[in-house]
Amino acid sequence: MDHSVHRPSGTEVLLAHGSGGRSMHQLVDGLIIPHLNNPLLARMDDQAVLDISGVRLGFTTDSFVVDPLFFPGGDIGALAVNGTVNDLAMGGARPLYLSLALILEEGFALAELERILLSIRGAAEACGVQIVTGDTKVVHRGSADKLFINTAGVGVIAGETRITCSGAAVGDRILLSGTLGDHGMAIMSRREGFQFEAPIESDTAPLWSLVEAMLAAAPGAIHAMRDPTRGGLASAVNEIAQHSAVGMRLQEQAIPVREPVRGACEMLGLDPLYVANEGKLIALVHPAHAERVLAAAQSHPLGRDARLIGTVVEDAEHLVVLDTAFGGSRIVDLLAGDPLPRIC
Amino acid sequence: MKYMDEFRDPVLARRLVGEIRELARKPVRIMEICGGHTAVIFKYGIHKMVPPQIEFIHGPGCPVCVSPREKVDLAIQLAWQDNVILTTFADMIRVPGSRSSLQHEQARGADVRMVYSSLDALEIARANPQRHVVFFAIGFETTAPTNAMAVLLARERGLTNFSIFSNHVTVPPAVRAILDAPEVRLDAFIAPGHVSLVTGNRIYRFIPREYGKAVVTSGFEPLDLLQSTLMILRQLRDGRPTVENQYRRAVTEQGNLRAQAAVRTVFEPCDMSWRGLGIIPGSGLKVRAAFAEHDAERRFTLEPPAASKDPKACECGDILRGLKSPWDCRVFGTACTPEKPLGACMVSSEGACAAYYHYGRQWAATG
Repeated sequence: MDHSVHRPSGTEVLLAHGSGGRSMHQLVDGLIIPHLNNPLLARMDDQAVLDISGVRLGFTTDSFVVDPLFFPGGDIGALAVNGTVNDLAMGGARPLYLSLALILEEGFALAELERILLSIRGAAEACGVQIVTGDTKVVHRGSADKLFINTAGVGVIAGETRITCSGAAVGDRILLSGTLGDHGMAIMSRREGFQFEAPIESDTAPLWSLVEAMLAAAPGAIHAMRDPTRGGLASAVNEIAQHSAVGMRLQEQAIPVREPVRGACEMLGLDPLYVANEGKLIALVHPAHAERVLAAAQSHPLGRDARLIGTVVEDAEHLVVLDTAFGGSRIVDLLAGDPLPRIC
Repeated sequence: MKYMDEFRDPVLARRLVGEIRELARKPVRIMEICGGHTAVIFKYGIHKMVPPQIEFIHGPGCPVCVSPREKVDLAIQLAWQDNVILTTFADMIRVPGSRSSLQHEQARGADVRMVYSSLDALEIARANPQRHVVFFAIGFETTAPTNAMAVLLARERGLTNFSIFSNHVTVPPAVRAILDAPEVRLDAFIAPGHVSLVTGNRIYRFIPREYGKAVVTSGFEPLDLLQSTLMILRQLRDGRPTVENQYRRAVTEQGNLRAQAAVRTVFEPCDMSWRGLGIIPGSGLKVRAAFAEHDAERRFTLEPPAASKDPKACECGDILRGLKSPWDCRVFGTACTPEKPLGACMVSSEGACAAYYHYGRQWAATG
């Protein structure tokens, strides 16, 4: 990326550095990567791909610090399993084993911890992974917020699969597996105490079985995948565009957003393109096979609302441009920090 | 979605664009005063749907953008007073002061909290009786009534640990300052819908009467802005500039009288410094002496901030007066970006520079 050489500005870590936007990229690319870089890390995918005596393993880790711990449609436990499973799946890796590390705040209710452990077990069983190692730490009251979870995961990548965020090619179609913004707005409405007429539930779900179905429909046709979590669809497509050195053209009309999510976003002045998802993926698919992969996605329960939302184009600046439903067009950019509600 | 999709109908949009094209025979310069309108114009690509003779000039109606740096410096001083919780709207947390911003002070340990409304700040004051809660109030006539209500409620509930740092500004004096400046050439204004909802449409009558410019008060959906543009072109064609109301589903001539009364009870006009426009007499609102205990500037002794100039390269001032476009600024997109803004126009989603940066960079070469 063009800003990769710049260290983050200022002398301390800001909340904006964790938002999934441009500030976070500056922290990662400008401070973390330069100290730790190696060819495997440099791919900057959601998972590292390790070739061990001819077996290709996907390996990833993710930390979960969500507040509130329980939210409509899920909780931090399910999120911690699904998030890591999905990071593996985005590289075409069949998830097999997870680690689980708990950082507990002194005073946290054991009953809540047990509820979360049951949720973790349920989520792991649902996607066929085993938790095979773990760690527990307790910190003083105030040193952590109730419970933080880290999971790491390994999975196996089938021989012919080559999926990387630098793999998008001009002409590829962009597939989105379903509606945008459900998770982020579920959290926000719960956190801020907003009540909407129709409940908004998190979409947290393990995506491997959907990925498996899509891969089987047209082996080799999927060039890149990302799950649009923190930072939303906008961040995911921009990351792929940057890493693949291409531009993208999206059609707003093709992007599905549930009515209650649209309404909540309108009210708060947020753009659903930037709101987090936990059970969706985007896939960059060879144009000749796009319809077939789409059909496979749509016949899976997690891909019922899947759509082709755009095309990869040549663009020296690697911009993502959206044709608005209204008839105009605009850039879809990375945000600097967290999306901010409007003032008036 | 009901009450939304009707205002974003692409078929109606094409029809309006057709009518606009018929009438747009010569160059027309329209200033949309409100930053919310600027954001909608860019979000939907309206400036590229209308013929090139129509130029939208982005006015001083982004409350974050027009707040001068010394206000942020004062807010930082307030945030570090003993026992203070400083609350404000999210955008203000990122705006650079002369040496720091509230988000950097937050990272250093100042208790700075984002709220959606001054009433949330009041709730923080109720829940923390041992602390003092300051609300850093900015905005136009739109946000002033809620903040006035927060002060009135604080008094009613005996919440003596709540005060506001008022930096409210009002639209008419700023429009007058722009029109009185010799170098500005404008044909018409799109007046701010939300402000007008509070003040009523009558506050713009001086614009056609004294300056001969057309005014249409507009809603915030893309069809609203296209229709307002068409209404302006018709006024110009007929040579009869006047104040028209496109946003009739919300705005009246008289406005919201109760909101106006609350503002008058708590605030009084004062001279106010604007970024880019300097001090405009009578353009601000300060807390009346009767509410001194809820006025942060009276409750705390603050060092007068060093007169703080904008960085030399920053063109926010000329951009806010409609003299320059963000493309004309040498630091736009290079030294000044949303993650490291030099000027406030790059911070707020309603700022012209942020709108150009987020939505419009693909047109940089062509303007």
